[in-house]
Amino acid sequence: MTSIAEAPVISHEVDRKHLLTAQQMAQFVLDGFLLFPGFVPETMNKAVHDDQSNGRGQWNQSAATRAVFEWAPVKGILQSLVGRNPIYDHSALHIVGARQGWAQEWHCDSIIDARPYAFDVQAMYFSHNSPREMGPTLILPGSHLRRTSHLSIARYKNIVGQMQLAGPAGSIAFLHQSIWHCAQPNQTDETRYMFKLRLRASEEQHALFNMDGYKVPEVSAIVGNWKHRWQGEQVRAENVDRAKLWRYLCGDDSVDTSFEGVLTRMHI
Amino acid sequence: MSKLRQQILILHLDNPDLNSNVCAWALYDAARPEDQQQMQSGDEEQPPYKSVLAAMRDGWFVLQIPPLPYFVRGQEHEVGHLPYEYVLERKVEIE
Repeated sequence: MTSIAEAPVISHEVDRKHLLTAQQMAQFVLDGFLLFPGFVPETMNKAVHDDQSNGRGQWNQSAATRAVFEWAPVKGILQSLVGRNPIYDHSALHIVGARQGWAQEWHCDSIIDARPYAFDVQAMYFSHNSPREMGPTLILPGSHLRRTSHLSIARYKNIVGQMQLAGPAGSIAFLHQSIWHCAQPNQTDETRYMFKLRLRASEEQHALFNMDGYKVPEVSAIVGNWKHRWQGEQVRAENVDRAKLWRYLCGDDSVDTSFEGVLTRMHI
Repeated sequence: MSKLRQQILILHLDNPDLNSNVCAWALYDAARPEDQQQMQSGDEEQPPYKSVLAAMRDGWFVLQIPPLPYFVRGQEHEVGHLPYEYVLERKVEIE
């Protein structure tokens, strides 16, 4: 783990074409993550994997790893989520050894965040092919707005809708800090590497993405979607919570994606 | 003389109706020796029963019925842990 004293500066504004669209940001609000399978080019992946395999895969050891996060398409996604000058929180290279049979307990990182809607983002990057049997991270889509604390969810084992961040080499996911997740067993003879980078915003997370069309019904329908069946009868409370997060990210309190427009009805 | 061991099945339901759908599940099985793996995160895709009632019909006994949620004014829309958590028990013989 790298300390804050060694914090890098990921700055410089990227071209607008690299920012998340309103549809993509709405999907992040709904699911608490975005997964881009095979997103990072193979040449970069090979350089990173070489560092990881040779024991120099940490942030401050691997120029190849840092280059991934300086690459404009990745930087554009980060800028959309945490702004132009995000603050380095920590990074870690998570390793699951070949034939490691045990799974990690369900958890969310850190502790309950006292900020109502602001969030850190955690990038999870796989430099090599990561099929399910290799143990890519298991997440629970839609769990990011739950007020739970680290291992307070460890009693749970299987949840309807759980999914692994499986994908080809170069897959990278961007997760809301509070999403429920856990490492999985590795049934292969290869070591599984996952590089995690956590960043927090140094500015209000208002209108950082490509705002074109953020009010159109198709985008509102994504935020207001009911698809996470594990939420049971709480799906409506989740819907209202997401509507508040969407307002925060848009920097516009006039948008209302909530069920039956309850935010407007209740003058919230 | 037979030895009895406890199995604990935790089922989370969509709502407080015991016949509503299972949305999460966990099994803690004391009949398994220490060197055998328990249920782990992510190792099953389908719940073992459709509902608590279905598990009861298969011989599981309910140990815990969760209290209904109490909604604090000002926090009505906040969500946390899975609220409708039922704990069921079965006792099995081991050699």
